[in-house]
Amino acid sequence: MDLSVETVKKELETKVPGLKLRKVRDSLLIEDAKDLTRVASFLKTSPAFRLDYLSSVTGSDYLTYLESVYHLYSIEKKHGPVVLRVRAPKTTVPIPINCSTAAMGAVPATVPQQKIIAGTAKIPSLVPVYRSAELQEREVYDMFGIIFEGHPDLRRIFMWEGFEGYPLRKDYEQEDTEVLEAADIAWLDARHIAVPNELKEKAKELQAAGKRAVARKPEKPRIA
Amino acid sequence: MINTKSLEGSQMLEINFGPQHPSTHGVFRMNVFLEGEKICALKPVMGYLHRNHELIAENLPYAAVMAYTDRLDYFNSMANNFGYALAVEKLADIEAPERAAYLRVIMAELARIVNHLMLIGFLLNDLGAFFTPVLYAFREREKILDIFEEVSGSRMMCNYFRFGGVKRDVSAETLAAIKKIVAGFPAFLEEFEALLTENEILCMRCQNVGVLPADLAVNAGITGPVLRASGVNYDLRKVDAYGLYDRFDFKVPLGKKGDVYDRYYVRVLEMRESLKILEQALAKIPQGDILNKKALPFLKAPRNFKPAVGEAYGRIESPKGELGYYLVSDGTPQPWRYHVRAPSLINLTVLEDMCVGQKVADAIIILGSIDIVLGETDR
Repeated sequence: MDLSVETVKKELETKVPGLKLRKVRDSLLIEDAKDLTRVASFLKTSPAFRLDYLSSVTGSDYLTYLESVYHLYSIEKKHGPVVLRVRAPKTTVPIPINCSTAAMGAVPATVPQQKIIAGTAKIPSLVPVYRSAELQEREVYDMFGIIFEGHPDLRRIFMWEGFEGYPLRKDYEQEDTEVLEAADIAWLDARHIAVPNELKEKAKELQAAGKRAVARKPEKPRIA
Repeated sequence: MINTKSLEGSQMLEINFGPQHPSTHGVFRMNVFLEGEKICALKPVMGYLHRNHELIAENLPYAAVMAYTDRLDYFNSMANNFGYALAVEKLADIEAPERAAYLRVIMAELARIVNHLMLIGFLLNDLGAFFTPVLYAFREREKILDIFEEVSGSRMMCNYFRFGGVKRDVSAETLAAIKKIVAGFPAFLEEFEALLTENEILCMRCQNVGVLPADLAVNAGITGPVLRASGVNYDLRKVDAYGLYDRFDFKVPLGKKGDVYDRYYVRVLEMRESLKILEQALAKIPQGDILNKKALPFLKAPRNFKPAVGEAYGRIESPKGELGYYLVSDGTPQPWRYHVRAPSLINLTVLEDMCVGQKVADAIIILGSIDIVLGETDR
């Protein structure tokens, strides 16, 4: 069947009441994140779509808001994809601590249950509808800090518990590999490797200012 | 999580499988909860090989990422290249010329054979048939890796694909050498199967172990041979018909029960189908260009390659499952967002479901039968 964005949008607006949808590139943006579960359940069970396979869940950072993108396919009808996206502003919300002992059942009484992390966003979890979101949402949480409400076991997956910050956010501090720091110069000098004076002066300036060589971060989104 | 009621009167034992366990390659850990020898809960722990592949790629020009995709699933660099090339070609609207498309199919299928050989060898290793099947498999794998070295310059980190084509043309002698390998391979498979397929010990250890029901497999997004062993007919080579796969005549082997044995046998059958594709591709491959003219200027100046604002999701049937690349371009030389949908990671979703209720020794072969590579799982 025809799975163009316009058709899917029309179908969803007639069958699921009270939805606000917008076309963004080749995908459907669900304006209110809370509607996501309703839309996904409809697309999964509706006999016309039968999108029973959630292929990919991923996040993106557009500086003022975070986004979660879903690629849905049908194994039964062998068609797809329908791409859904949900946006959530970066806000400060309390999140429960989910250390590995908590995930295993026993939570020590001394562990505080709430922790404030700056700039997190909340989006409903799709795990109740699609199990395949389980590890992928954990990954998005780990890399972007999006809180998936209703996820059974939301903890970091690749980074360790206690790691601060979200590496794939555009505001994550990265080292500028093209600028040398004082320690790098000392290391190179000790091995008698010639370093251009220009780089040496820059390293001195950085050291005097007490700064590290941090890569420039994008100031405004080049795409939305 | 853990059913404490079943534990009354017995003591639960928590053990760590790995990361130093021989079957977890030093980079994967399973937290296993045991009641006697029975598994009552299992939590995979990963991240030991995490290097944030996606962040690296977001700081590089599109062309430079190709070499990094080799390191995802390091047994199948050809398949990883294929997926990435496909996604970028979708984004920038380039197409590979005919000869290059044939070369891509040939390389991807050779990589599939290499992957399945390795998997079967190491699965048998996990079963206790220590290194004999692996060495039989390696003997054949070596011949294919020699071909990879000849066409790309490297045995494992091939970096052979380019946007709109492939890096180098293949000589007639190399094609003849591939033909020779393909012709000799069925005889090896017969020998391999005679040793393994109806082996009593293999059957006893693998049949009815780690059963994965079809509905759970679909819901959990399992792909590749693991999904097909559960009897679900879903192969992207047929469904999406990317590359040139709609031109070849091949079947999609399916399992019945979805146990470890089916997963082993589906892979054996898939190798036979790959040989069919290879035979047809080698017979039909035309002469011609190996790179689209549109893509030529970017080979020497990769930073000039700036796809128009937009996004693309390219996916292929990698030997391990659906390998997808999600790209968002903002019109600059680097991608604004680059994401890899790794089959090795997502196939682990059901590891616990398959292991609960089984004996502890079976956890190893169930993990082995999923076929993960940690370079791709952790990225």
